[in-house]
Amino acid sequence: MAILAVLAAAVGAWGLLTRPPGYTATARFITVHTGPHGNVPIRLDTTYFRPDAATPQHPVPAILLAHGYGQTKQSVAGDAARFAEHGFAVLTWTAEGFGRSGGQIHLDSPDWEVRDASQLINWVSTRPEVLHDGPDDPRVAVVGGSYGGALALLLAAYDHRVDAIVAETTWNDLSRAFLPNDVAGGGTDGVFKKAWAGLLFGGGSGARVGIPDGDGNPSCGRLAPAICQLYRESATTGTLTPAQRALLEQSSPAGVLDRIRAPALLVQGETDTLFPLSEADANARGIARTGTPVHVAWYTGGHDGGQGTSVDQDWLHAETLQWLNHYLRGVGPAPGGGFVFSRLSGYDEAGDPTSIASEAPHYPGLDGQRERLIEVKGPPQVIANPPGGTPAATSSLPGLGSPTAAMTGAAARDIPGQHADFLSPTLGSAVTIVGSPTVRLRVASPTGSAVLFVKLYDLTPHLGATLPGSLVAPVRLSGLPTAIAEARPVTVQLPAIVHQVPAGDRLLLVVATSDQAFLGPAQPAQYTVMSLGSVELPTVSGTELGTAGWYWPWVLGAVVVALLLGLALMIVAGRWRRRRGDTRTRVEYARVPLVVEGLRKQYGNGFLAVDDISFRVEPEQVVGMLGPNGAGKTTTLRVLLGLTAPTRGAVYVFGHPLRGGAPVLSRFGALVEGPGFLPHLSGADNLRRFWQATGRPPAEARLEEALEIAGLGGAAGRRVGTYSHGMRQRLAIAQAMLGLPDLLVLDEPTDGLDPPQIAEMRRVLQRYASNGRAVLVSSHMLAEVEQTCTHAIVVHRGRVVAGGSVAELIGEGSTVLLDVSDQEGAIAVLRRLGVRQVREDGGGRLVCDLDGVPRRRLVSELVAAGVAVDRIAPQRRLEDAFLDLVGGGTEGSGER
Amino acid sequence: MTTTQAPGEPRADGAATSYRAGATLGILAEARRQVGRRRTQLTLACMVLLPLIILLAFQIGRPGGGGQRQGEFASFASIATAGGLNFALFTLLVSSSFLLVIVVAVFCGDAIASEASWGSLRYLLAIPVPRARLLGSKLLVALASSAVALLLLTGTALAVGTLRYGWHPLSTLDGQIAGGPALIRLLGVLGFVAANLLITAGLAFLLSVSTDAPLGAVGGAVMLTIVSAILDQISALGELRVILPTHYDDAWLGLLQTPAQTDDIFKGLIAAFVYGSAFLALAWYHFLRKDVVS
Repeated sequence: MAILAVLAAAVGAWGLLTRPPGYTATARFITVHTGPHGNVPIRLDTTYFRPDAATPQHPVPAILLAHGYGQTKQSVAGDAARFAEHGFAVLTWTAEGFGRSGGQIHLDSPDWEVRDASQLINWVSTRPEVLHDGPDDPRVAVVGGSYGGALALLLAAYDHRVDAIVAETTWNDLSRAFLPNDVAGGGTDGVFKKAWAGLLFGGGSGARVGIPDGDGNPSCGRLAPAICQLYRESATTGTLTPAQRALLEQSSPAGVLDRIRAPALLVQGETDTLFPLSEADANARGIARTGTPVHVAWYTGGHDGGQGTSVDQDWLHAETLQWLNHYLRGVGPAPGGGFVFSRLSGYDEAGDPTSIASEAPHYPGLDGQRERLIEVKGPPQVIANPPGGTPAATSSLPGLGSPTAAMTGAAARDIPGQHADFLSPTLGSAVTIVGSPTVRLRVASPTGSAVLFVKLYDLTPHLGATLPGSLVAPVRLSGLPTAIAEARPVTVQLPAIVHQVPAGDRLLLVVATSDQAFLGPAQPAQYTVMSLGSVELPTVSGTELGTAGWYWPWVLGAVVVALLLGLALMIVAGRWRRRRGDTRTRVEYARVPLVVEGLRKQYGNGFLAVDDISFRVEPEQVVGMLGPNGAGKTTTLRVLLGLTAPTRGAVYVFGHPLRGGAPVLSRFGALVEGPGFLPHLSGADNLRRFWQATGRPPAEARLEEALEIAGLGGAAGRRVGTYSHGMRQRLAIAQAMLGLPDLLVLDEPTDGLDPPQIAEMRRVLQRYASNGRAVLVSSHMLAEVEQTCTHAIVVHRGRVVAGGSVAELIGEGSTVLLDVSDQEGAIAVLRRLGVRQVREDGGGRLVCDLDGVPRRRLVSELVAAGVAVDRIAPQRRLEDAFLDLVGGGTEGSGER
Repeated sequence: MTTTQAPGEPRADGAATSYRAGATLGILAEARRQVGRRRTQLTLACMVLLPLIILLAFQIGRPGGGGQRQGEFASFASIATAGGLNFALFTLLVSSSFLLVIVVAVFCGDAIASEASWGSLRYLLAIPVPRARLLGSKLLVALASSAVALLLLTGTALAVGTLRYGWHPLSTLDGQIAGGPALIRLLGVLGFVAANLLITAGLAFLLSVSTDAPLGAVGGAVMLTIVSAILDQISALGELRVILPTHYDDAWLGLLQTPAQTDDIFKGLIAAFVYGSAFLALAWYHFLRKDVVS
């Protein structure tokens, strides 16, 4: 409990100490005037995050934080709060056509969404706590992902008040993004990305795009009519008309990148089948052409891969802040014109993917810095396009698959008969692909055209194939010959990836005719495909970013050193305490085996087991401790053996104060609370193991003699688990006698023994107490003490009620009990003989103190006087004392 | 019994002439007490049998393909037969989360509590074996037994796996590692698993000095370890989970990556040492002050 409390306190204190600076978030509607003529009023749902530290005296830079497609300002509230905690004023808003904002979806049109955002900069400019570069020109960055990322780029192109951009997972050219054609020099007419388009604009739109207006077209939702029309047509035909192409061009940064002056951080996902790395590459090249600083970062997530690994989230967060701090505040070093990429490296302890980020000084583009050629061979193969495009191979599952599965391409499947395979030999050394591999193919088609999907699998022995990022390169070829021999080579630009192919793996180039994510031709056809021999793998040499945890080995070292120091300290302290403990030796007791003074023991639960016990055991005595069950005998013995610590009082053994584990205990032999043996060992082995535990020379044990006393005979070799109670008891007494200890402490030693054994044990104990040795026996049986012991103490309710030599206590030969036929006559005779005291005991018997009169004379005198003597027996004062003291009942004592 | 020896005044501290506190209940003496026990023999036999049983299971069952992959273990199961190293790794990993926890809990939880339940603890203390020394010997022998169990398991698995599947590079989820370096990584995983089990060991030992029922100590330690593992599965607890003793149980995964990822390994080792030592320190503190009434 104490540990938990300390932990809780530490967590609490940590929370208080590290509590981030505060901010105030205010939601309000801002009306903008927008549209081609700037005259359509639209209410935008906004939230403004104002840091507490921002004042007109200490103005701060601002951030416009845009959300993704189908979402609202709520989706970026967490990021906004984080930026506000870092001292930026943040404005989030729901783009028009979404959530509670008015208007329609125009796909980041310069006339609508971009104009909206420009007017939001006007609003930010009215805030006195926002830093200004000039009148109506606030210091402002635009940050956003996907739909918001394109807005950031377009806004920076159309409104030069923007001072920095962070654009994540966004597009360069919408036409190409939705109709990609990855053949070099291929036409703009690509293969329609139907799964993504449908998810964004079609069936999924009811939930994700918004509720249609009362008079709107239910299939369009809140899409602007022109956009809706475009989607419905192109989704049907799989192509774009020039007019449609022009409409999408407006919504694409591609044409206006040369206008951007704001330094741009471009973050793109490696697991993104919607806007792959090539989109960011086009943006980066376009912006950099004018000399504007650009920084490119590739992380493991994306539209399919989600947020990426936690490592990626950490460094992305850091890169973003560095970018904003430098270009908005002038704080911190200028981020180099570098390039960061992240590579999946495995799984962490929670089963989530982990990654390693590396940095290169310059962004090399999709072709990498160097290339490595890997041969991918195979004969020309004939593959079939299925009628109706079904069944189709699987690569990505937009909106369905798990991010982790998308990263590793675990869902990728090909349909037999629909794909050509070209396999590489086993790689002798690992290669890390960073960029877009290229491959050259020859294709023949009876129709003169073909739609193919080219993909590069990593084939791991025993594990099968994985498709990095779930990415495929769709190509639409035309002007193909019907015979493969006449086909001209075409170069296919495979999707850019970051992937390590370990040594021992093979690469598998697959050319397939169908893919569920794309709209292929419905007509059945057969193509002939062959590889020209090798795939070019781009590589980039980067330096691994130091992980946040470089210091963990040092922490571990410090912990280990601290623990070892602590251990050493404990050992030293223990030694010191042991040495110091034995200083108060009592010289006067040096020859006395045992002196107990004023012993008191109260257990932790308040039970008072021993109240006040004092006694001595002198050499060559057999001392009996007599008392009813629960009188405190066993507790006293426990204290004597150092098993429990006394509450008060002292015990001296040969003058040495006794504590738990005091070395002087080595002169004790003990049987307390019954035997304790290892049940799996034989009796003899138990004694041997016990003696080994003492660490003393085996010869000193006198094992054979002890076994003789135990009297087990052949049973000594049997497992103790099979012993009877009495056998164990005898073995335990033998164990106590091992090494002939100076003081033998026996608790109820005759328990379980039969009468002959008891008699034998008595003799053994009496013999033992010679040569200076002594025995302490506890018992609740009077006869036993009387017959075995030279001395005794009577203990009751934790106190000594009587003590002395047994002869003294019993009064042997002094007081007798007479059972006679004629009491009157007997009394007369006794008086005559000079007996000191005569009384009746109430049971018809006489008790008399003989005072030196021999018993035989008494008997003969009585008989001579004609008094018949039925019985004459010594009267036991010990029993009297015992019964008197104890007979009052034992209910006051506890069993302990 | 002859009674010829007379007690003299042996030494300044009053002890018997040949008694030395530092010689009582040595490691060897303690090991001899434990080695003959049925539970020790059975546990170690299990460690040898388990790899054979797993091998048999792979022989009977259909070989796992690379197709269906669900979670780490499914993946490791599918490459378990790639070679001796893979088989040893797989055997170690399937055992680490439960079987080895029980083994360690048995050795450490039983150490003191069994002596208490037999009644032999008080006789050891009356020798007298200093209490700290008693704990030290018991703990070292318990830990050594656990280590032997761990090595037996892995060694047997490596041997039978290599005999059956041959000596091949270690296949991991993202590639292959050559035999030599892979053996070192296997030893690294073994070391980490062993270190991580220190938490269970410390806990079991603490319970062992607190109760006279060996079953209570063993069961308690296993149960608490499992409760911690269950809490670790509850993602709603978020970052709070990093303080759970078993949070870094699976950090060995980092050693199978190329290059090896060691952040979580170090964090796991720190957690193991801190928790293990804290439990052991509590055990020492408690036992040195305890009234032994068993």
